[in-house]
Amino acid sequence: MADDTIPRRGFLTGAGAAGAGAAALTAGLPPAQAAPAPADAAETWLVLTAEEAAFFSAIADVMIPADALSPSGTDCGVPVFIDRQLASAWGAGARMYRAGPFQPGLPEQGYQLPLTPRDYFSAGVQAANAWSSKTYGKTFDRLTPEQRAEALTAMEGGKAAFEDFDAKAFFQRLLAITMEGFFSDPIYGGNRGKASWRMLGFPGLPATYAGKIEEYRGKRYVAEPQSIADFS
Amino acid sequence: MATRLKEIDAVVIGMGWAGGIMARELTLAGLNVVGLERGPDHRPAQDFAMPGIRDELKYQQRLELMGDNSIDTITFRNQPAQMALPIRRWSAFLPGEGVGGTGNHWGASHWRFQPDDFRLRSYLQARYGAKSVPDTMTIQDWPVGYDELESYYDRFDKVCGVSGKAGNIKGRKIAGGNVFEGPRSGEYPNRPMPPSEGGAMFAAAAKSLGYHPFPVPFSAASAPYKNIYGVAMGACQECGFCTRTACEASAKASTVTTIMPALRQEPKFELRTRVFVSKLVYDKAAKRVTGVLYTDLKTGQEYEQPANIVVLAAFVFSNTHMLLHSGIGEPYDPVTGKGQVGKNYCYQFEAPAAAFFPDKELNPYMGSPGGGVVIDDFNNANFDHAGLGFVGGGYIIASSGGSPPINGRSVPEGTPAWGSQWKRETVKWYYHSMHFNTQGSVYGHRDNYMDLDPTYRDALGRPLLRLTYNGTDNDHAMSRYLLSRVEGVIKAMAPAHYEMRPRPKNFTIVPYQSTHNAGGTIMGSSPGNSVVNRYLQTWDAHNLFVMGASTFPQQHGYNPTGTLGALALWSADKIKNSYLKNPGPLVHA
Repeated sequence: MADDTIPRRGFLTGAGAAGAGAAALTAGLPPAQAAPAPADAAETWLVLTAEEAAFFSAIADVMIPADALSPSGTDCGVPVFIDRQLASAWGAGARMYRAGPFQPGLPEQGYQLPLTPRDYFSAGVQAANAWSSKTYGKTFDRLTPEQRAEALTAMEGGKAAFEDFDAKAFFQRLLAITMEGFFSDPIYGGNRGKASWRMLGFPGLPATYAGKIEEYRGKRYVAEPQSIADFS
Repeated sequence: MATRLKEIDAVVIGMGWAGGIMARELTLAGLNVVGLERGPDHRPAQDFAMPGIRDELKYQQRLELMGDNSIDTITFRNQPAQMALPIRRWSAFLPGEGVGGTGNHWGASHWRFQPDDFRLRSYLQARYGAKSVPDTMTIQDWPVGYDELESYYDRFDKVCGVSGKAGNIKGRKIAGGNVFEGPRSGEYPNRPMPPSEGGAMFAAAAKSLGYHPFPVPFSAASAPYKNIYGVAMGACQECGFCTRTACEASAKASTVTTIMPALRQEPKFELRTRVFVSKLVYDKAAKRVTGVLYTDLKTGQEYEQPANIVVLAAFVFSNTHMLLHSGIGEPYDPVTGKGQVGKNYCYQFEAPAAAFFPDKELNPYMGSPGGGVVIDDFNNANFDHAGLGFVGGGYIIASSGGSPPINGRSVPEGTPAWGSQWKRETVKWYYHSMHFNTQGSVYGHRDNYMDLDPTYRDALGRPLLRLTYNGTDNDHAMSRYLLSRVEGVIKAMAPAHYEMRPRPKNFTIVPYQSTHNAGGTIMGSSPGNSVVNRYLQTWDAHNLFVMGASTFPQQHGYNPTGTLGALALWSADKIKNSYLKNPGPLVHA
């Protein structure tokens, strides 16, 4: 029972704690640069099912654990980002050629499935949880932190045998969308408080760096990061 | 049933670089011109404005400015024996869509080919013997020379406000510029951008090895500039969001920033956007194209637009596809070697490297592609290939900057891809890595070509174009050699760590490598070796002119756009000065 509840409670309190994390990050900043209030919307999903939300949150927290460098992936809003992306035109397969016939093809020929990103991730979460249940007796979000890391490593290395789904390719797409959520402009719901930009020292948007190339030659340029909302 | 419109003097298909140039030049010659563009209009003040334009997710990841694969794509395979499958979303290369085309989101490296590139086969056989060009290598001399094109290169520099440093003005070599380049009639319109810190470090090391570093010629104005069409360009702001994104400052050259402001005021020009040209109407007996068929994507209505002159100026794939689908010219057959349409598809062989300098502050998000520093010591005729076992070459470029956080994080190989250690390493190296690239030539091979796909169709029901391509032994050997030269310079820079990143044996359609595609409607001296003559006029229809890199006989070790623009201006001049007076073949077969 304890095993079942601890990680899930971790996610729920994590979502609630986002406020504290973001507030700490923006303390002392003028209001225009403060982070948007962290969303209660973190649990009001556009398209994610509860299973998917729990899965993406767990993934985000393994890939981006809370430490001295940044809050956790969930506290940075990564699952919110994923939800909005999968609900977007991109998630619905806009601009993607989807006519058949469909064949697996060779690796050189790239993605060949008819699934839109939203359908792909939905199928992937179910395949991952089925594998996790078979292997550990629990869905991924209910694994201990050590088990989560072990499971993710198996997926990454092609050692996790999902039924009828390419676990290794799924891992790569999970990694990509999680990192996009962590590092993209906060307007998309992730990177709350510009946490990843602060971590890297990325100043976000410049109005201009003209003249700064010579001025900062060999010297680190340091600036409070600014996002699209700060200019709007 | 298509509605037949009133005949027009000239219709231009595709409003990218070549289409924009032709529309401007032909209207200046007094012709009434209609520009047909499949994508949307792009108006910088409305569409490329701050702050939304500085959005890495939208432009770099979700590819906002690229073509819509749901409407039209190509199929791909490595070998003729394989089944080609569709590219479902662009990746290895990123053709643009809308007014400005691929020129909106390019990295703006603005190059000329070298004089010996234009007589490649003759040059190689004269220097290295007849056997230096294998039977399977289908390279050929261009039907136009560097000297003939020079004034058009110069003119295109002045359309774009290019920033750079000349290395050869009328035969006088100038240290600090590219001393290997062909003679230029004058200096660049604008002074070069300052080098990035990584570029400056590379320059010092390259110089210490006896190489000849210089600032990359950059197709953006380093200071406010008024171009030869009277269009005002802003100065580059070093924003760091250049590639895959359009320019908010109207400093980066594109049709949108350098030509459209003039064309929008031009009463002889009419722009029609979101119209999809499906076919050229071809009168084979008369050797003329009578007009074009297109579908207006805003109304669903099909139109026939008759025209006296048809300019086909779409991307490489669409140009080739349009001729194949319209039954103009003979499709290339790789078994017999007969036929010209689709022949000599050539990619660009780019292979990168990275190096890590914990003690250097490189501010990786700052600056423009114009901060790159180049050595051209290992391009085609610039070095001796004796005993090396390959022909061709390319330039080598190095820089820091242009590294936004989703795409631009570089960590040493073997670093975990996630977790706390990944985070520590990402932060540790973000300010301290720089990148190198090799811009390698690709020479035509018998088995690398384009034809119509037998299985897959586009949104209008037309067969897709099928691309058959793989890297050749020659091009792999060339690339390995270039990387070995890069490695020499990197070692001289004494990084804490570095990585050479050669291309895998088989070309793959993911990840991104280069948008420099060429060939398919190549130019040559006769109908037996080409689709278009030296003025880009097709041998099979004298009023049809094909523009762009699809006319390159092969890909040289430089970015294609500089030559593409010069050729469009050269062709436009011939149309104005000869063709309009006496419509017919400009070269007799």
